[in-house]
Amino acid sequence: MSARDEVLARVRRAKGPREVAPVPREYRAAGTRGPGDLELFAERLRDYHALVRVVAADEVASAVAGALRDRRAHHVVTAPGVPPGWTAGWVAGDATGREAQGPTGPVGPAGPTGPTAEGPELSDPAGRITSRVPLGGDAREALPAGRDQAGAHPPIGDVREVRRVGGGDAWAVLREVVEAADAVVTACHVAVAETGTIVLDHDAADQGPRLLTLVPDYHLVVVRADQVVAGVPDAVAALAGVLTQTWISGPSATSDIELERVEGVHGPRTLEVVITR
Amino acid sequence: MTTFLGMPAGGGNLTGEPFPKAAREALGNAQLRRNLAKATSTIRAKRANVVGELPDWAQLRAAGAAIKDEVLADLDEHLVRFEEALTSRGTRVHWARDAEEANRIVCDLVRATGTREVIKVKSMATVEIGVNEALAGIGVHAVETDLAELIVQLGDDRSSHILVPAIHRNRAEIREVFRRGMPGVDPGLTDDPRALAEAARKHLRQKFMTVDVAISGANFAVAETGSLVVVESEGNGRMCLTLPRTLISVVGIEKLVPSWRDLEVFLQLLPRSSTGERMNPYTSVWTGPTEGQTSHVVLVDNGRTATLADPDGRAALRCIRCSACLNSCPVYERTGGHAYGSTYPGPIGAVLSPQLTGVDRNPTLPFASSLCGVCYDVCPVAIDIPSMLVHLRERVVSAKRTTPESTAMRALAWAMSDARRWRRLLGLGRFGRVASRHVPLPGWSTARDLPEPPKETFRDWWGSR
Amino acid sequence: MRVALFVTCLVDGLFPDVGKATVRLLERLGHEVVVPSAQTCCGQMHINTGYAGQAMPVIRNHVEAFEGADVIVAPSGSCAGSVRHQHADVARAHGDATLAEAAAGTAERTYELSEFLVDVLGVTDVGAYFPHRVTYHPTCHSLRVLDVRDRPLRLLRAVEGIDLVELPSAETCCGFGGTFALKNADTSTAMLGDKMSAVLSTKAGVVTAGDSSCLMHIGGGLSRLRSGVRPLHLAQILEQTR
Repeated sequence: MSARDEVLARVRRAKGPREVAPVPREYRAAGTRGPGDLELFAERLRDYHALVRVVAADEVASAVAGALRDRRAHHVVTAPGVPPGWTAGWVAGDATGREAQGPTGPVGPAGPTGPTAEGPELSDPAGRITSRVPLGGDAREALPAGRDQAGAHPPIGDVREVRRVGGGDAWAVLREVVEAADAVVTACHVAVAETGTIVLDHDAADQGPRLLTLVPDYHLVVVRADQVVAGVPDAVAALAGVLTQTWISGPSATSDIELERVEGVHGPRTLEVVITR
Repeated sequence: MTTFLGMPAGGGNLTGEPFPKAAREALGNAQLRRNLAKATSTIRAKRANVVGELPDWAQLRAAGAAIKDEVLADLDEHLVRFEEALTSRGTRVHWARDAEEANRIVCDLVRATGTREVIKVKSMATVEIGVNEALAGIGVHAVETDLAELIVQLGDDRSSHILVPAIHRNRAEIREVFRRGMPGVDPGLTDDPRALAEAARKHLRQKFMTVDVAISGANFAVAETGSLVVVESEGNGRMCLTLPRTLISVVGIEKLVPSWRDLEVFLQLLPRSSTGERMNPYTSVWTGPTEGQTSHVVLVDNGRTATLADPDGRAALRCIRCSACLNSCPVYERTGGHAYGSTYPGPIGAVLSPQLTGVDRNPTLPFASSLCGVCYDVCPVAIDIPSMLVHLRERVVSAKRTTPESTAMRALAWAMSDARRWRRLLGLGRFGRVASRHVPLPGWSTARDLPEPPKETFRDWWGSR
Repeated sequence: MRVALFVTCLVDGLFPDVGKATVRLLERLGHEVVVPSAQTCCGQMHINTGYAGQAMPVIRNHVEAFEGADVIVAPSGSCAGSVRHQHADVARAHGDATLAEAAAGTAERTYELSEFLVDVLGVTDVGAYFPHRVTYHPTCHSLRVLDVRDRPLRLLRAVEGIDLVELPSAETCCGFGGTFALKNADTSTAMLGDKMSAVLSTKAGVVTAGDSSCLMHIGGGLSRLRSGVRPLHLAQILEQTR
């Protein structure tokens, strides 16, 4: 008998007659608590020592620019589907405090006008690394000839293909892009006020593959007010059918030494959230 | 080896020395007791705080227990659905009857990649089956990437806690472990937890960027969708799940939940019970091979069906490994986890380990509790551990032939089932106790005086009234 | 009210003063106390040590001894807890459905002393006088099996002259645990040590609780230390008058 058949046979023998009551779901279920409270969401995020900016919807560009400037970020990557407008307010000259360096590999410095539908621009009047690199664009550049390079923001599926099927060089390129980045900017799928949680859908173009938000040390997320739900059940409902997710609640942390919380172990050490009212 | 109802027992790292003996050694270590008292009291307070925040905690707890019972009641069907969902997405599903078979599967998969090193996400199931030791046997080094597991690994130590395997170590001890065991570490490393975490970050960064095979467990496995869920704090899990080309996930068959929606319950119960946070920093969900990875899932029995076979013991399989019972247990707080001799220490270990291995291989664990009941109070899936301990004690006793204890118990029960016999025994007892004031009662008299025997029993007084 | 006293085996044989105090207290409050002579023990030690099968005749004896009683009161959270939450289950598990049903009936009529005073009689001030510094240890089974909550404390707070001081980490087990104290003597002793430190830190002259078993353990330790702290059952404090 195969191990599969034997384990299943054991389970059938062991479980005995079915006598289980229906699951009581008397807790606060999805949709019972109204929209998420933005004040609470911001407060919970700050509890985790995340940085929070709450702005009007038309202030995203200036908030993102301000955050990246405060961070002194030189080399910013964005998920390919992030609206160019979000990073439009950030210009090369704002980044200070670091000497200019040459580009690494095929990652070209982008101009102050930001990424375009055609991929990264190579002009850099300031002569610094001030790139806003849409990840999909770079990955596409490294694709083996013959692959589909059309479209402003390539489907994330292509990125996956690059990484695994394309192998070697293309994967290395992708990694270099991300590893060289000071900062990463993404959207999110849903956010939970009660727990201060942000959830990424890695199949969505404006959130990007997992690697993107994992390796850079600083992650800036833009959350729209209508994405903030009250509790965990609301978020779980909103995420039904989403295959690959990362739930993020504050920066990476450990309590493994005397149960004292230390932030910043392997994931991004700084999480900044721009909430648009 | 068979256990309940003839079900095969589990193997791996589930047994140790008898609890009283191991506990005695641990109790003699004053540093250990200080470390444990400090750590467990910190986390108890945090847990109480965040649990108290939720007005519907009791309802979530009831739902969590019921969902797990529902899984267990139809476990075969859920397993088949889970396998189908995963297979249709391209994940290869393997089944293992026990620890040895699970290790063989993992070793074969790792060998096929040609790697000499694998990186690991913290996983109780892999500690239980002893996959690191098995991999070492084929010349593959398994690198633990959770900070506490790394401390345990570099110190050539054993885990003593489900959530914080190095809870028995303080910062000064951890610095020494790093100085001795971490190649290239700064000799001037301080014992500031931030400095220690940074040293681990640097050490592991290199591994994350170069090792191409990862081994994980799973906190939850959704039967409906084939999704796996890993709940963590440090980001090492995300690194292991994302960067390597091959991912092997070792999952106990009890980790299933029927549907995606059920996570709305467990993603509230687990972090609050475990680290005492509203939410853990990172939860990863993946469904089939992601971003072109090759993915394998190894479903492990290893005594779980034996546990399932006992209707009074199967609720132990509800456990979501939060460790709230450890942090609250007055026995655990004083002895630490090593005294339990199993991958699963504390109250849950005292009921789970003997069921996984059969009570004959863990006969002292069901007695390693004062039955104070605090474990049941804090359990997020309402496992009535005290009642289960009592039930398992009965299984231990029933498995033995006559012992001096059973003979004494029988005599006492005989006397206690009849008031006249009881009265005579009390009369004898008075003489006996007078004598015993000069004859120490083992275990009792070392630290406590016996009460002065009364001149008359209560019923003598009542009769003469 | 006619109250059947379930005195418990430990009080009967080792701590008769606790039984006497319970009788005097209930009589002072105007109730008739009877002590069914057929009673012996609830069998909890057998059940909790793995000898539930042997406990069956003990349970049967208990159920029969209290057959006619309207209300049964025990000066013990642990024994009342066993009657209420173990007897019927043990009987059922050992195939005696009739006994299980009868035991469930006994369970419904059984109260721990503080529950009986506060919930059934509706009193918190029992007219006691006890001018001493006292600290209260809530025993695990009264707290977590019976859920008596603050009933004992409400009774103690109403005692005239008492200086009631809070016990640090009060809800932590003292380490008795029945045969646990013998089978895991080292761990039990370690737990006792911490409980005694807590008691001594209060500078109380008396430590009280609702269970003579835990008090035997705590008091035995305090006596060995020659600490001068007296263990007294809750009933023994509530019994005292001016």
